[in-house]
Amino acid sequence: MSIKSRYGFETLSIHAGASPDPATGARSTPIYQTTAFVFDDVDHAASLFNLQTFGYIYGRLTNPTTAVLEERIASLEGGRGATCTASGHSAQLLAFFPLMQPGDEFVSSRRLYGGSVTQFTRTFQKFGWKGVLVDADDPETVRKAITPKTKAVFCESLANPGGVISDIEALAKVAHDAGLPLIVDNTMATPYLCRPIDWGADLVIHSTTKFLSGHGNAMGGAVVDSGTFDWAKDDRFPSLCKPEPAYHGLTFTETFGDLAYTIYGHAIGLRDLGPTMAPMNAYLTILGCETLALRMQRHIENAQKVAEYLDGHPEVAWVSYAGLPSNKYRALAQKYLPKGAGSVFTIGVKGGYQAGVKVVESVDLFSHLANIGDTRSLIIHPASTTHRQLNPEQQVAAGAGPDVLRLSIGLESIDDIIRDLDQALAQASRLAA
Amino acid sequence: MTDTSAAPGGDRHASYPDALIKSILRSVKTIAMVGASPNWNRPSYFAMKYLQDKGYRVIPVNPGAVGQEILGEKVYASLREIPDKVDMVDIFRASEFAPPIADDAIAIGAKVLWMQLGVRNDAAAETAEKAGLTVVMNRCPKIEYGRLSGELGWHGFNSGVISSKRRKI
Repeated sequence: MSIKSRYGFETLSIHAGASPDPATGARSTPIYQTTAFVFDDVDHAASLFNLQTFGYIYGRLTNPTTAVLEERIASLEGGRGATCTASGHSAQLLAFFPLMQPGDEFVSSRRLYGGSVTQFTRTFQKFGWKGVLVDADDPETVRKAITPKTKAVFCESLANPGGVISDIEALAKVAHDAGLPLIVDNTMATPYLCRPIDWGADLVIHSTTKFLSGHGNAMGGAVVDSGTFDWAKDDRFPSLCKPEPAYHGLTFTETFGDLAYTIYGHAIGLRDLGPTMAPMNAYLTILGCETLALRMQRHIENAQKVAEYLDGHPEVAWVSYAGLPSNKYRALAQKYLPKGAGSVFTIGVKGGYQAGVKVVESVDLFSHLANIGDTRSLIIHPASTTHRQLNPEQQVAAGAGPDVLRLSIGLESIDDIIRDLDQALAQASRLAA
Repeated sequence: MTDTSAAPGGDRHASYPDALIKSILRSVKTIAMVGASPNWNRPSYFAMKYLQDKGYRVIPVNPGAVGQEILGEKVYASLREIPDKVDMVDIFRASEFAPPIADDAIAIGAKVLWMQLGVRNDAAAETAEKAGLTVVMNRCPKIEYGRLSGELGWHGFNSGVISSKRRKI
């Protein structure tokens, strides 16, 4: 279960981790644009390198600006600690790194951001890690895919490109029955809409590039540890529960207790893999977090209105948004995302591939690009861009058929958003006529 | 200002108010650490070194290391052999060894009995509390000091502290 706070979400969004700067009293978090930090003396340096005292050594491991963001995100998710990374993709790498050895496996929902499918099934193979992708709508399918080599279960709370919601509580039970942690990517929902740790998740990851920074201007990722999974209950996680040769035989779980996973993330993960978040990006993401609740309220309000409008539009074949009453995932949305079903979803345009292309080329306010979770409304036609290399059958299976458009609804005036889509759909329909 | 969850079922030792931990860390000067290890990569050595750096005097107690010094301090075989006044006893032993240590802590006039992260013995706690000692269990003074001073946040941890003031213990 998550660490409860007596403070409300909005208060934590603004204050968690960010007391006035201890050196200067600066109220806004300063950008510590430095690579390294001086030692008081050789003994102090030795204590830091041995992990015997808290403090800064080198910017690849920790940075005071990034640390504020880490505490902020950990607080918002109700976790014990967090490790920020250069991107969402490196957050996934850092999340698995303490758990996996060569030859190990993990079981993941196959309903993932396309880039994650490639990372899990292709690139991770080079480390000897096997990502087993299954249909996680039925938790029993996940249970059957678990083997003695499995080290974790993975899903996205609200899956990209949209409409799909994971049954987090059921998946946590499957994972815990097998003695495994559940990792949930909470990028699309954000902790404002859903807190996976409250439903049994052990680790939560983010691409902070999306809604947390929120303005389409800062790359980043985060790994949040709930602090509640017992990594030392058996020998399955030797990186955490066995002596670590790189620190002279220190055992992370013994020395750091429930801090072990996050300390490992910095002291081994970032140290040796190196995907560190830039302090400037940490600052921009801190700034983004401060308005997260306000932005998410408007994102979901706008998304709901756009989805309802498109649902009745003559040029639209279907709308996959869990906020609509007819949606397959409506019940899960009401359980896990009661405030709203996010602001990224897909639609199918009548007229297929050519109509899809025409819409993305005809929008004036929407930006045609490969990102989500911006103040700006965004659109992409996966079949002609991100999923172009697949054959038509593979595109359909990936939810990226010829007629599919992915929308990320921004914070512009709702009438302008709808008018822009309407005129673009009208141009596509003239093409068909 | 604390964030720790309310104690379930009225368990007074499930969580402690930040104010209590702060008052202990402010008032205590000398800590006897039972189970202090001379091996530099043991958790007790980490905690002892950190607490020394923060200005506490830490006296190691370890019958297996008598005749040695740890971090410049003479090692004693038991609490009762320490000639100096001890404010707090920090137990770095398995939970079942806590009761006789609690008796010794009472005998030498310690004000606080602290059991490390993972160490909890309710009978020992009750004995010490009846004798007027303040008892903290299943916590690490290093982590608590780091959490309340903001240092723990340097490593991305959720300290639970919200404040518009510059931090100090």
